[in-house]
Amino acid sequence: MTARLSLHRRLRERGLDGVTLLILPAVIAVVGLFVYPFLYGLVLSFQPKDGGWLANYQKFFSEPFLYNTIGITLWIAVPATLLNVVLSVPVALRVRKLRSQRLLTTILVIPITLGTVMVAEGLLTYLGPRGWLNRTLEFFALIDSPIRLIHNYWGVMLSLVITGFPFTFLLTLSYVTGIDPSLEQAGAMLGARARERFFRILLPLLAPGLAITLALAFVQAFTVFPSAILLGAPAGPTRVISIVAYQAAFEQYDYSLASAIAMLMAGVQVVIIVALLAARTLVFRGPASTGKG
Amino acid sequence: MRRSLGERLWATAVWTLVGFFILNLLAMIGSVVVNSFGTRWFNTWLPPSYTPGWYAMAWNEFGLPDILLVTVEVVGAVVLLSGLIGVPAAYALARRNFPGKPAVMLLFLLPLLVPPITYGIPLATVLYRAHLAGSMSGVILANLVPTVPFVILIMIPFVEQIDPRVEAAARVFGAGLGRLFVQVLVPLLTPGILAALLLVLVRTIAMFELTFLTAGPSSQTLVVALYYAVFAAGVRPGQSIDAMAVVYMVTTLVWLLIALRFVNPSQIVTRAKQ
Repeated sequence: MTARLSLHRRLRERGLDGVTLLILPAVIAVVGLFVYPFLYGLVLSFQPKDGGWLANYQKFFSEPFLYNTIGITLWIAVPATLLNVVLSVPVALRVRKLRSQRLLTTILVIPITLGTVMVAEGLLTYLGPRGWLNRTLEFFALIDSPIRLIHNYWGVMLSLVITGFPFTFLLTLSYVTGIDPSLEQAGAMLGARARERFFRILLPLLAPGLAITLALAFVQAFTVFPSAILLGAPAGPTRVISIVAYQAAFEQYDYSLASAIAMLMAGVQVVIIVALLAARTLVFRGPASTGKG
Repeated sequence: MRRSLGERLWATAVWTLVGFFILNLLAMIGSVVVNSFGTRWFNTWLPPSYTPGWYAMAWNEFGLPDILLVTVEVVGAVVLLSGLIGVPAAYALARRNFPGKPAVMLLFLLPLLVPPITYGIPLATVLYRAHLAGSMSGVILANLVPTVPFVILIMIPFVEQIDPRVEAAARVFGAGLGRLFVQVLVPLLTPGILAALLLVLVRTIAMFELTFLTAGPSSQTLVVALYYAVFAAGVRPGQSIDAMAVVYMVTTLVWLLIALRFVNPSQIVTRAKQ
């Protein structure tokens, strides 16, 4: 009896009691529906339909039809991410000075909420050969015949800008508003011009937040899926890696190969995120050490 | 502080960019709405005449009522379950320090950082092996993966705002954990719970990837049905697809506007901020 009591007490002193047990349903849900499937997929990827335990990965890296998808995806995702983040910074710095940002942020949150399927359908109508964009360009005699913006690389690219720019902008805005404006005012009083204030005060302070923004935006663009099918050319220039993973699982019913491709997707994402976060610590150390020296 | 010519030009350039983006966004939405009401729309700026017929067609011939019913059931179940699982967990995480807490926090952060398609494919594989995919329960389970951690991360700061002495007083007067929740915590946490659940609702209506990977023919939500309609364009008239797109847009945006009464737009994006 005393032993049980003291065990109870010892557990309680370490923060484990009835209240702590309330996290159990959530932990079970996430472990069962997220961690377990991931590990299951990892194990399954080493149990190919035929061949040795590495056969799936060998197959992926020996068939150009499969391994080319990594390059194709990066060729879409990297420019889209960089464009969105580079555009977000000046816009966020300008919007920060607005007294009422609510209307603008509300408008910009709409494409994020609508999602990629809806944006794809909208762009199909808007950018199509008889859509308003081509009509306007022809009206101002900027083009002679409609430009092709759908069912190719540019359709996917534009859909990633429409949904991605608001995302990076709102994230950047939240980091920008966290910077004390008096730091920039101090720089201005000491005679720094706008350009100097940006590169020597704001950018270093913003760098850690930008690294996270870049990582999150890249990971989203890298897994572009519905718009690559609906707006792109899924058999050719926009045959991204998620399409191949989906086809392996639900058209060829080769769950083992599909898991292997999903693991490779996760691998590329991890590599990029770790690289960005490592770069962040490098940038972060720089100013501190010069300040001390 | 007077602004130089260069700075003013720069500001104009930035606002032009924002204006251009918003103009294209509104034109994109506008062309879908106009097309869904137009009779025939070929080589003109606007359709020659308008009709509500495409909505009737989407409603009667393409099974919109069934799809809407499935959407309501899936979204309702996901909102309810993620609230029931997430809020108590957020309470425990806000009030207790225990060994392994950082690991648990990381566990809840990961599903929000990893994009759905990456974990959706192994998850769908597991659900198919367990004979759960292709049904409503599989879709609901898959959608819980991002929503439960989302509710937890939003609710933790709301719980931390409550004075622990309120709970201690309730305990002294003999309230058990259940009564503490029902009579003290839930009323105090109502604004936070509303914000979290409304955001879950908007996100689940728009969640394409997880629903797409796990849904069968009878468990498609609106966004997945819209995808199949666009994918098989040509099977049905474009205006009828756009009518469905407008129904989807109105559903999402109405709930977004309601949600924005309780949260800031940037909170929709920054939920995963460390």
